[in-house]
Amino acid sequence: MTQKPEEPEEREQLQKIRAGDVRTASRLIRNLEDESPEARNAMKRIFPYTGRAHVVGITGSPGAGKSTLVDALIASFRKQRKGVGVLAVDPTSPFTGGAILGDRIRMQRHAEDPGVFVRSLATRGALGGLSKAVGDAVHVMDVMGKELILVETVGTGQQEVEIINHSHTVIVVLVPGMGDEIQAIKAGIMEIADIFVINKADRDGSHQLLNELMAMLNMVPEFPGGWRPPVIRIGNCFDPGPFAESLGELAAAINDHYRSLVETDLLGDRMKRKTMVEIHEALRDAILAPILKEMTESGEMEEIAGRLLRKETDPYTIAEEVARRRLK
Amino acid sequence: MNMYFSKNTLDQSARLTANWEDEVRRSAEGNAERKARWSTVSDLEVKRLYTPEDIAETDFARDIGAPGAYPFLRGNQATGYRGRCWTFRMFSGMGSAKDTNTRWRMLLKEGQTGLSTAFDFPTLMGYDSDSPKARGECGRCGVAIDTLDDFLSLMDGIPMDRVTTSMTINPPATALWAMYCAAAESNGVPLTKIGGTIQNDMLKEFIAQKTFMCPPEPSVRLISDTVAFGTQHVPKWNTISISGYHIREAGSTAVQELAFTLRDGIEYVEDVIRRKGLDVDEFAPRLSFFFNAHIDFFEEICKMRAARRIWARVMRDRFHAKNPRSLWMRFHTQTAGCSLTAQQPYNNVVRTAVEALAAVLGGTQSLHTNSLDEVLCLPSDHAVEIALRTQQILAEETGVANTIDPLAGSYFVESLTNRMEEGALAYIEKIDGLGGMIAAIEKGFPQMEIADAAYRFQQQIEAGEKVMIGVNKYENAAKQEIPVLDIDERIEEEQIARLAEVKRKRDSRAVKRDLDALKSACKTGKNVMPFCIEAVKDRATVQEICDVYREVFGEYRDPGLY
Amino acid sequence: MTEKKIRIMVAKPGLDGHDRGARILARCFRDAGFEVIYTGCHQTPEQIAATAIQEDVDLVGLSCLSGAHRYLFPRVVELLKEQGADDIVVIGGGIIPDQDFQTLYDAGIKAIFTPGSPLDTIVRWVRTNIRPRVNL
Repeated sequence: MTQKPEEPEEREQLQKIRAGDVRTASRLIRNLEDESPEARNAMKRIFPYTGRAHVVGITGSPGAGKSTLVDALIASFRKQRKGVGVLAVDPTSPFTGGAILGDRIRMQRHAEDPGVFVRSLATRGALGGLSKAVGDAVHVMDVMGKELILVETVGTGQQEVEIINHSHTVIVVLVPGMGDEIQAIKAGIMEIADIFVINKADRDGSHQLLNELMAMLNMVPEFPGGWRPPVIRIGNCFDPGPFAESLGELAAAINDHYRSLVETDLLGDRMKRKTMVEIHEALRDAILAPILKEMTESGEMEEIAGRLLRKETDPYTIAEEVARRRLK
Repeated sequence: MNMYFSKNTLDQSARLTANWEDEVRRSAEGNAERKARWSTVSDLEVKRLYTPEDIAETDFARDIGAPGAYPFLRGNQATGYRGRCWTFRMFSGMGSAKDTNTRWRMLLKEGQTGLSTAFDFPTLMGYDSDSPKARGECGRCGVAIDTLDDFLSLMDGIPMDRVTTSMTINPPATALWAMYCAAAESNGVPLTKIGGTIQNDMLKEFIAQKTFMCPPEPSVRLISDTVAFGTQHVPKWNTISISGYHIREAGSTAVQELAFTLRDGIEYVEDVIRRKGLDVDEFAPRLSFFFNAHIDFFEEICKMRAARRIWARVMRDRFHAKNPRSLWMRFHTQTAGCSLTAQQPYNNVVRTAVEALAAVLGGTQSLHTNSLDEVLCLPSDHAVEIALRTQQILAEETGVANTIDPLAGSYFVESLTNRMEEGALAYIEKIDGLGGMIAAIEKGFPQMEIADAAYRFQQQIEAGEKVMIGVNKYENAAKQEIPVLDIDERIEEEQIARLAEVKRKRDSRAVKRDLDALKSACKTGKNVMPFCIEAVKDRATVQEICDVYREVFGEYRDPGLY
Repeated sequence: MTEKKIRIMVAKPGLDGHDRGARILARCFRDAGFEVIYTGCHQTPEQIAATAIQEDVDLVGLSCLSGAHRYLFPRVVELLKEQGADDIVVIGGGIIPDQDFQTLYDAGIKAIFTPGSPLDTIVRWVRTNIRPRVNL
């Protein structure tokens, strides 16, 4: 273990991140992914400065064109002179623990733009389409001064509702003819959408998908804050003119949604939701994780497993015992 | 249906084969085979023995026939290589136009019968030598061409009315072909007299080689422009060389190479008919193909034989072509670069010889043999000479060209040829179902099929299931030193200086006018070729022309499928 | 604390699109348990250096088959150094003659792998020479 860094270095780290230094920020994100205690201490110092960025989550099934949309959104928001951060999540292989993080391939034309910071994250076993470090990484980019932070989920189509806990605006991307609608409804991601995108809308089935979405939205009696999710159709990205036009529409909808959150005071609710998730996670890390670690290392876990298999006790009794013993 | 074998023969075969199998089972107890599974380099399983039953369904007239006649399994020409030997065409180009011209003259003097141009990467990607993106690439893996002046020195002293020239050029094909046309004119040779090929096959770039510029749809449109222009004005030119070579080098199987290449061909034919309104027989005779000759001897021969038969059937049944020449699948072959090893490089001579033999037995019209040092650098003079001599030995010493399609009728060869065709047709059907090749490419289908095959092969190498001598077997710690060709670092600055000089001297207003005219042709759908020719004559550069395309059609970026 | 991961960027500088090797390597690194950032073909050295820093990788693997490695590889090292990231190790592969090895080593390329290098050898090299960075 390295020694705890000196006080001036800690201050310097914070200053550098606040000044937008990519090297320092990316290293901190790396340490957050590795769950180093120093990184947690750094987050304590960073936290007071968070809360300024508009965080936009982008979810949808694989092949829906999320990365291409993110690339186009970067270009669009850079024209508005906003600093943009991107967190792109790709899955970790459950077999090898490795991952290929390839979302940023589509965004490489922005690699040299100092106003854009793209960071790829692997899920490292986290469920819900995100990485465990995503919430903290959002904070880091926020403190760097990124006004817009785009979070791209893995896109397995499975229960990717986690994104709502980390963003103010959620975009759900659907593609015609992929059976997406049904999948999306099943996975419960329809309810989380603030904006729908029908991507590759030049394909067959685009009108049908639009009609189905409209029918579904028409059944909703009342939208929170009066925000009815718009449905934006985006054409073939190889057709430069029309693509740029529909993209402009999407960028405007993102800004409109944020304004609506502010005007209807719903922004506070969304931020509170994020805070609640964070405190839950932090409590789990601070209380549960050390107990589990100790019980595993001491062999107690192994012993409990044996007792459970022999039906000498049950998990509920064990949990109550541990709580009594540890949480006095 | 006419059976290939009589019922009597098949009965005999079944009986004798059954006896033989019993015998093998008995002897196998004490004498097991060296491995459990035998397969081609593409991992196609191969049986212990092939018998008449394996081709029992073959109908001789329908499936085999005679050379020079439908379905052209046995070759396009009735006289095979006895009438006309394949063309010895060595792909070459390096440094400046002058350097390449020197190499070309050497090759022609040594008995080469056709030219084949390798351009450097800036030229291939449509950038001039002075572009920041060209840094370090100028003249490195081919010849640097920026303007017509470069092209004129490339062709200096080459009889353009007699020697045919192939140009491996894709996104900027219109610009480079325009230069060839302008150079011919300046040498007093009419367009009707010049012959050659531009590769001009963009679909395989999206699928495999990644030398791309504009998105698929406008890329195909530019190709259709060249096909239409050639049909009208340059009748001896092959305006496209539909290429499987790069698909294979990217790691595909033989069947994938065959299938994706032919499906690309179908896409081009459909586009020209739809967009240009030409009759299939007007342009189909000038379509040419380009295959890889990999190391698995029989698989390659069968792939090439199958290619001819499938294309003839596709042209007749799908496009209703009437002209027999429309049914011909004419192709160039290059031995497999990816089969060569940096370790023990002299072994590459042997690999290339075997691959070249496969190409000849597969009935290629034209052949490039790789040099032994191509895994290390551009070929040196000495290495190129060995490679060229390899072809000459095959043609003039070995007797393999004495008779036409000598392997026809082999149970194994005919059966494997059938399997190649079946496998390719299944892929073609699948791609039809995806909405055609452009749609399939946008979905990443062929790209992922190839990536999976390449990774599977690599894992087989790692596991020792497939062997590369010197790489995973019979490794030798001692290095074989070979002389390598060095490209002079000064080439870049000299080329940039030459370009600056041309730009200084030319009439920039004329260039601007030409480029504006080209831009409007791009937008209105007029054929771009006449506008390109005008522009290059006024010394517009390759990049200036390509910048027009990029501006009007947009740029394609690597979707990076892995 | 979870296990520290080695992060590797696989990049193709320059204009050549022969990405068979790069893509196979990306898959192989994933299967070896590394996190791989793959950026596709046609990257400039500037894009590669910026990406390496944004992604905080331990290692950059460059693949070039066009002969332009003599300019492109050293340029990536130089840019990383200029941006205070010279702790990021750079290795290279592709069509590279023996004659160029020393020049590339002198320019700061730590290892070179030519066609036919077993994947196993490359992975072993990474495990021996690259330790995931420890903290700040």
